[in-house]
Amino acid sequence: MDLEYGKQYEDYRLEVQEFCKKYKGVQFNDTAKIPLASNNKSGGPVMARSDWQKILIENGYFARSIPKEYGGYGGDSDIIKSRITATEFSNQRIPGPMGGQGIDMLVPTLLELGTEEQKNKFIKPTLHGEMIWCQGYSEPNAGSDLASLQTKGELIDGKWIINGQKIWTSTAQYAQMMFCLVRTEPEASKHAGISYLLVPMDTPGLEIRPLVDMTLQAGFNEVFFTDVTIPGENIVGKRGEGWAVANATLGHERGSLANPNATMNRLNMLINRMKKETIDGKKLIEIPVYRDRLLKIQGKIMAFQSHALRILSSKLNPGQDVKIGKMIQKLVGTELRHELEGLGIDIMGELGTLYEDSPYLRDGGSWQFTYMYYLGLIIGGGTNQIQKNIISERGLGLPREPKVQGV
Amino acid sequence: MYFGLSEEQTFFQDNVKKFLVDQAPLDVIRQITAEKNTSIQEEIRQGLTNLGLNALLIPEDYGGLGLDLLFAAAVSEGLGSGVAPIAFTGSYVMAPLAIMHGGSDVQKENYLTKISSNTVKFGVGLSEYIGAREDAELIINGNKVNGKALFVIDADDASHFILSDDQGTIFIVDADDSGLEIIELTSVDKTRSYVEILLNNVTAEILDNTVKNNNAIEKTIDAGRIMLAADSVGAAQVMIDKSVEYAKERKQFGRVIGSFQAVKHMCAEMTAELEPCYAIVWHAAHCFDYIPEEARLLACQSKSHISEVTKMVAKKATEVHGGMGFTDLLGLHYWFKRIGMNRQLLGSPELVRDEAGKIQGF
Repeated sequence: MDLEYGKQYEDYRLEVQEFCKKYKGVQFNDTAKIPLASNNKSGGPVMARSDWQKILIENGYFARSIPKEYGGYGGDSDIIKSRITATEFSNQRIPGPMGGQGIDMLVPTLLELGTEEQKNKFIKPTLHGEMIWCQGYSEPNAGSDLASLQTKGELIDGKWIINGQKIWTSTAQYAQMMFCLVRTEPEASKHAGISYLLVPMDTPGLEIRPLVDMTLQAGFNEVFFTDVTIPGENIVGKRGEGWAVANATLGHERGSLANPNATMNRLNMLINRMKKETIDGKKLIEIPVYRDRLLKIQGKIMAFQSHALRILSSKLNPGQDVKIGKMIQKLVGTELRHELEGLGIDIMGELGTLYEDSPYLRDGGSWQFTYMYYLGLIIGGGTNQIQKNIISERGLGLPREPKVQGV
Repeated sequence: MYFGLSEEQTFFQDNVKKFLVDQAPLDVIRQITAEKNTSIQEEIRQGLTNLGLNALLIPEDYGGLGLDLLFAAAVSEGLGSGVAPIAFTGSYVMAPLAIMHGGSDVQKENYLTKISSNTVKFGVGLSEYIGAREDAELIINGNKVNGKALFVIDADDASHFILSDDQGTIFIVDADDSGLEIIELTSVDKTRSYVEILLNNVTAEILDNTVKNNNAIEKTIDAGRIMLAADSVGAAQVMIDKSVEYAKERKQFGRVIGSFQAVKHMCAEMTAELEPCYAIVWHAAHCFDYIPEEARLLACQSKSHISEVTKMVAKKATEVHGGMGFTDLLGLHYWFKRIGMNRQLLGSPELVRDEAGKIQGF
């Protein structure tokens, strides 16, 4: 066990701290477009979200290992530096880089499997926040069983003509582009009949309908395709290879849904609230039943945070086996965060139910919002029941559920 | 940066596990728990002493191996996995640490050397400092002690006991003192022994640096809690492994039960909850020696959190085995009870969490 990063990294930390000081309280004048962005009112520099993105790239705080010619920083990938950056930004409440499915999923996919032309065309504007992507995977009849998707793509005169429907498409209303899975080889077997296509959202025949979720925000959309026609070269990988292309980066999404450090920051917010909030004039933190629930979840979060160190270590030390350790992250992380947000509601009792613009609202209603939002994440990104199948089948070697005949 | 057990720690742990699998399989555990202090138990003790378990934490100057608490945690995990019918947490972790942190140079020289050479063996009873039950209480008056200590651990063939009063003053008494009466307590966990000790004007040797100084007792209890937590992790992992194995073999409705999601999901839930327990208990053990400002909270939280997770594992693993899990025949209950005992020793989860709250000023 060695938890030290070494002197070069401590120097790097000082450098990041200096950066954070310079941009303390940075505000964006166009955040309305970005879901879940933090509202900063503390009088720092004001700029567009995409300008902030460029500053982060120039300093190597984002897109660090992506080559310069594709708009990245062009350095070596360094997990420890990334971690130090994330920790310092979080401590100083400096907004991190824009995420989203284009950056988190499409860019790694193109880097691995895209043509040179696709890399040149798409990666830079995506990294710089100028091209927003949405993911067209799920369909009304293809959820957990994603490979049964039916949206059809036909190659006619060198152009793809797409018909069908996608659902749970977050950010479709802001996106310029969609990467999607489409059935192009109807004769092939289920998994071998899918292609990975890139669709401009302004193509005629494409219709977006917002889907309001339980948080009362339109976090998702339905997207309908009626003879949507796109260039034949807008395919990543070959025809029928879409399932493999999508799976090359799917694992990436699962891990990122539940960051233990964010959960720990949220716990610290809860502790501060419990030191202020009172019942009959008594502070919640001093009331044994509430205090015990707080400490109980703190233990869970600490374990999950230590676990993240072990996962980090496995990336730095090839040969360290944490196979199952990685598989559990989405399940444990999302359930834990949901439980924590629920505790935030419980400790406030009736006050905890207040929402939107109500008087007596606490922390902007964020405990209710995030409690519901994380229920969405428990279901999304591979439901937690599917995660349990993955852990038990791929991790523990238990057999798959037998196929029912005739289905 | 490296987070995990080192190659040496893993190697040592594997040796402990292998020793127990070979020398203390279930029928031997059964035999030992039916009748204490048999020659076969003595052989197992001797075998583990040969591996150096008694001298693990003692500095080399006193004839020990000078290893750190993470090493001991790795060993404890191994002992839990084999429900080892021997003393460890009290005799070879808490006792040496109490003396290392609370003893004078003379006391260290005297006792640590003897622990490494296996010429004294300590039972340990600090329950009255953590939270006294019944009328248990020890009163020190000069060099004499009166009162009662409950749930003294590792008392089997102990030559001495390490006890404390409710202020955290730690003292040593000789097991042969005529004012000392040992009464065995029969618990569900028969793999280790628990006693109560009545003291009537017993001569005590007070550890010099523990008078009006809680540092030694806190370190000792923290380490003990980390060991019990690691022991439970080892035991719980075996319960999961046995469940998965059973689920792959046992057939009902024409298929192995491990192909039913109801069963598979129980296995996945146990795994998902237990996996982070390794990380927190290793982290706690590491901080105990190297990052003291984080150590106390991690020790408390690893003990209480692991107690909760392993309780769940013990229940679900038994359920996966169906009716067989409930029988004595299968012997799964030895692991179930070991976990149940570890949960209560040195503070039940609620008590330990309360302490975690105090550490943070809540």
